[in-house]
Amino acid sequence: MTMLKEGRPTAPVPAPEADALPQTVTGNRALMLEEALIFEIGSTDTTGVDFDPAPAAPSRLGTLARSKPIGLPGLSEQETVRHYTRLSRQNYAIDLGLFPLGSCTMKHNPRLNEKVARMPGFADLHPLSPQSTVQGALAVIHELAEWLVKLTGMHSVAMSPKAGAHGELCGLLAIRAALESRGDARSVVLVPESAHGTNPATAAFCGYKVEDIPATPDGRVDLDALKSRLGPDVAAVMITNPNTCGLFERDMKNIADAVHGVGAFVYCDGANFNAIVGRVRPGDLGVDAMHINLHKTFSTPHGGGGPGSGPVVLSEALTPFAPLPFVEKQGDRFVLVEEETAQEHHGQTFGRMVAFHGQMGMFTRALAYILSHGADGLRQVSGDAVLNANYVLRSLSDVLDAPFAASGPCMHEALFSDKGLAEGFTTLDIAKGLIDEGFHPMTMYFPLVVHGAMLVEPTETESKAALDQFIMALRSLAERAKAGDVALKGAPYHAPRRRLDETLAARKPVLVWAEPASA
Amino acid sequence: MSRYFTDQHEWIDVAGEIATVGITDYAQEQLGDIVFVELPREGVTFSKGDDAAVVESVKAASDVYAPISGEVVETNGALEDEPALVNSDAEEDGWFFRLRITDTSELDELMDEAAYKSFVAAL
Amino acid sequence: MRYLPLTDTDRQQMLSVIGADSIDDLFADVPAEARLSDKIAGLPDHASELAVERHMAALARRNLSAGEAPFFLGAGAYRHHVPASVDHLIQRGEFLTAYTPYQPEIAQGTLQVLFEFQTQVARLLGCDVANASMYDGSTACWEAIGMARRITKRGKALLSSGLHPHYVSVAETMAKFTGDALVYEAPRLEAATDIDALIAGIDADTSCVVVQYPDILGRIADLTPLADAAHAAGALLVAVVTEPVALGAIAAPGEMGADIVVGEGQSLGVGLQFGGPYLGLFACKAKYVRQMPGRLCGETVDAAGKRGFVLTLSTREQHIRREKATSNICTNSGLCALAFSIHMTLLGERGLRELATLNHALAVQAADRLAKVPGVTLLNESFFNEFTLVLSRDAREVVRSLADKGILAGVSLGRLFPKADAIGNGLVVAVTETTSAEDIETLAKALEEELA
Repeated sequence: MTMLKEGRPTAPVPAPEADALPQTVTGNRALMLEEALIFEIGSTDTTGVDFDPAPAAPSRLGTLARSKPIGLPGLSEQETVRHYTRLSRQNYAIDLGLFPLGSCTMKHNPRLNEKVARMPGFADLHPLSPQSTVQGALAVIHELAEWLVKLTGMHSVAMSPKAGAHGELCGLLAIRAALESRGDARSVVLVPESAHGTNPATAAFCGYKVEDIPATPDGRVDLDALKSRLGPDVAAVMITNPNTCGLFERDMKNIADAVHGVGAFVYCDGANFNAIVGRVRPGDLGVDAMHINLHKTFSTPHGGGGPGSGPVVLSEALTPFAPLPFVEKQGDRFVLVEEETAQEHHGQTFGRMVAFHGQMGMFTRALAYILSHGADGLRQVSGDAVLNANYVLRSLSDVLDAPFAASGPCMHEALFSDKGLAEGFTTLDIAKGLIDEGFHPMTMYFPLVVHGAMLVEPTETESKAALDQFIMALRSLAERAKAGDVALKGAPYHAPRRRLDETLAARKPVLVWAEPASA
Repeated sequence: MSRYFTDQHEWIDVAGEIATVGITDYAQEQLGDIVFVELPREGVTFSKGDDAAVVESVKAASDVYAPISGEVVETNGALEDEPALVNSDAEEDGWFFRLRITDTSELDELMDEAAYKSFVAAL
Repeated sequence: MRYLPLTDTDRQQMLSVIGADSIDDLFADVPAEARLSDKIAGLPDHASELAVERHMAALARRNLSAGEAPFFLGAGAYRHHVPASVDHLIQRGEFLTAYTPYQPEIAQGTLQVLFEFQTQVARLLGCDVANASMYDGSTACWEAIGMARRITKRGKALLSSGLHPHYVSVAETMAKFTGDALVYEAPRLEAATDIDALIAGIDADTSCVVVQYPDILGRIADLTPLADAAHAAGALLVAVVTEPVALGAIAAPGEMGADIVVGEGQSLGVGLQFGGPYLGLFACKAKYVRQMPGRLCGETVDAAGKRGFVLTLSTREQHIRREKATSNICTNSGLCALAFSIHMTLLGERGLRELATLNHALAVQAADRLAKVPGVTLLNESFFNEFTLVLSRDAREVVRSLADKGILAGVSLGRLFPKADAIGNGLVVAVTETTSAEDIETLAKALEEELA
C-alpha cells in the first residue's frame, strides 16, 4: 500500500497555563474582537448611503442654514456591518443561554413575532392615516385588547402606555381621577416594603404620600397590619402578585375586600403575570388596575433595554377614566377614539399620556405570540414556568439559603439569600462567577427585604437540560463562596471585560466622546 | 470647640453660633464609595430633622437630615470635585455645610463622642 | 407546542425532585375560588406558524400602507428610507434578545452603542450631553418641563402654539398632577411663528418656554432671541425637534442657546409602525446633567485597565430613588436607539447633509407645484420638508375624500386641532426622499379635482 505521510498533525499538543497565554498585537483573541468607537474609526466625509442627486431648487430655509461642522462620523456599509457585528458579540442574550433574571421573564423571543411586525401593512403605516385606511391595524389592537381582558378577567384595557412604569402611572392616574370625580381626593398610597422602586416613585409623582406595608415572616403582605392602617385617607394599595419574593399572596382577595371596604382601589403590578397566566385572573381577586409588561409575559424582545409596552387592564369602576386614545368597535368598524370623539361618551378620561396610540410594533408581536400559544398553550406557559422555578429551588436549597422554601412552593421565581457565605463573600461574587460559567447573573439585591437576595426566574422556555446545567454552575459557585474561594473575588475572568469601575464612572462622568486634546 | 453626634450618624462641631455638620466615619464606611454629595443652598433655613443633603454612592442615595435648626451659611465646595473626601476624611475635610444655630438648646438632645461610640457598638 | 421544550418525562422527573404530584399542586397557595380548573373558555387553542401568519397577513392587507399610495403625512412621524443593513443588524440575537446592561462585563456591545448614540444625539442637537433615550418625543417633552421645574423651582411653563398638539395634550395631562401651570393656545394660520408673543409672556414665574423647531406647521424661526429673553428672566428654553433630519440643514437648537433639547428620533432607523415604538431624544447643557431623567451610559476602565462602559448616575432613577425619584421612566427605547445609531453611522455627516438637502429640494418643488393648484395657498415663508397649505375648504373632508381614492394627502389641522375651527382649512404636507415627482403630480391633480 502507499502510505501517505503528508499532511498536518491532528492531535493537540499540551498547552501553556491560562495566564501564560501569548498576547496578540491587535488585542483580539481569536473570535473575541476588540472594537473602537465610530468617532475613532469613522470620518465626517465618509458615508455608506448613496442618494439620487437633489433637484435644483432655491432654499426656503430662511437664515438658519447649519454651517458649522456637527462631528458625526460615517462608515461604509461594510465597515458598519463589521462594527456592529463585533459589538453584538460582546453581549449576552437569551439567544445564547439561560437568563435567570427574577421579575424580568427572559423567555425566548419567537422569530415569527419579528416577521409579523415587519409586514408592510403594519410597519409602513402612519399613525395619523385616515381611519378608513387602517382598519386592519385597529383590528389588531382590538383583538389583542380582547385577549388581555379575557386573560385577566377585567373590564377594559388602556393600550397606550409605553412601558411598565408608564402603565403604573396610567393606573394610578385613573385611580386618582376616579376619586376626584366623587369629590373624595385622598392623600396616601400603601406599598409593601418588598415592592419594586417604580411603585412608590409613581405614587409620589401622582402627589401621594407613600407608606410601607410590613411583611409577615413568610414573605407576604401582613393583612392585619394593612387592615389596621386602612382608612379614609388611603387612595390605593399597590400590590405585586405573585410578589417580588416569588410567592403568591394567598390573602389577595381579603386584601382587596378590605381595601374596597374603605373606598380605596387595588393596583396590581403585573410584572409577574407569567406565573399565573391562564390559571388565575386578577379580576377574580378584586384588582382594579394592573399593568401587563408585553416584553415579559408576552415575549416582545428586550432589545438591550427597550422598547417595552405596558397596557393596563381596568375594572369597571376605573374604565370611564381610561386615557386617550383607545380603539372601539362600532358596528363592523373599528374607531380610534381621540380627543374630539371622546367628549361625547368618554368625558371622564384623565387625558392623553403619549403622542399617537401606543406601541403598535409590540402589539403585533404580542398578538402573534398569543395566537401561537392559544388558551391551552398559555395555561401551559404558567405551569412550566412555575415547575421550572420550583425545580431550581428544590435542587439548590441544600446548598443555598432559601428563606421562604419551608412555607411551600414558590411561583415562577426562586429566592435565595447570602446566608452561609464565608466572611467577606457576597452575592455579587457569585453573580460575577456565573458570568464565567456562561450565564447572565440572576437578579441581585432585590427584593430589598432579603439580605443579599438572589432572585432566579428561569421561565418556561428553558429545557430541563438547560436548567440542569445552570443548577450545576450555581451549586459550584455557592460551594466556592461558602468555602471562601478567593479566586471568585476577581471574577469574571473570561468575559470581554473584567469588573468595571462604577465609582469612577459616577464621580467623573464621561457621557459623550471628546476628541483627545493634542499632546 | 465641642463635637456632638446624632443617632443618624452625623457630627456637629460648634464654634460660637456656627455649627459645622458632616457624617461620621462609621457612616462613610457603611455607604461605600461616595460619588456625589448634594448640598443645600446658602441662605436656606432648616428645622431640626428637615432633609438637608443627599449622599450618593453608586447604587444608593442616602438622605442627611439637619441635626439642629439653623440657616445655611456655607457649604463645602471641595466636595463637588472630590466627593471621595467623604470617604478619606469624613470627620474633618469631608464636612458638608455650616449652619448659624437658631436654638442652642437643641444641642442638649445630642450625644457626645463617648455616647456615640457606645451607640455604634450596640448596632 | 413549539415554544415549550419540556417533555412529559421531564415534567415527571422534575416533579419527583420537587416532591409534588402534579403541576397543579404547585399552585396550592392560590385560593380554590380563584384557581381556574381548565383553560379559559371562549378563546382559541394554539396555532401553527402558518395559521398565525395567515391571520396577521389578512389584517395587514386591510391597511393602506405608505408604500402603496402617494404619501404626504408628517406631523411628528416621517417616512424615510432605512438602509437594508439596519434591520439586519438589529435582528442579531445578541442585540434583539439582550437585556438592560446592568452586568456591564457581558453587555459592552449595548453599552458602547449607547455611548456612541449619546454622542451622536448631543452633537446633532447641539448640546453638551444626551441620555440613552426616552420612550418618545412627547414623554421626553413632558419630562423636560418637569426638569425645568426642578432646576428653576418655578411652576409656569409657556408652550408655543407651534408645539405638536399631542405633546401639548400629554403635558396638560401630567400638569394636572404636578401642579405646573401651562400657558398655551392653538396656532393661527400665519407665516410667522409666535416667538414674539412668547418673549412678551416670560416673567419671573416662568420655569421654561417650550418651542418646536420646525413647528407643527413646518415654520422655522431663529430661537436665539427667545433663549436670550428666557435666560434674562431666569427661565430655561426647551426646544422640541420632531424631525431630526432637519438638523442636517438648519442650525441646532443647542447652538442657539436652548438649555434642554428633546425630540422624536423615529425618522432615522425606526420606521412609521403606526405610532410606536418610537425614540425619545433628550439632551441638555452639562451643568444640568444630574437633573436629567432616563438612563445614562458613561466611560470607565476595568480591572485590567481597559476602557469600558457602564450605566452611571443611577441614583436619579426610580428603582433606586423610589419615592424621591425625579422622573417616571425605567425602560429606554434601546433597540430603536440602536437602529437610529446604525442609520446615523451609515449616513455620517456628509450623508445626513445630502439627505437633508434632498428632502428640502423635493419639498420646495412640491410646495411650488401645489401652490399653483386653484384653491391652494402656501402658508410658509420658511420650511424644511413639511409645510402647510391653506385650502379653499375644510381640509379634513378633502383628506378623507382623497383617502378613498388611494391618496394619503397629508394631515388636516382639523384632525390635529378639532376645536380650532378657524384653522380647519389647513393641511400639513410632508415630503421626503421617498416622495416621487409622480406622487406630487398625482396629489396636485387630485386636489385640483377636489377643490374645483
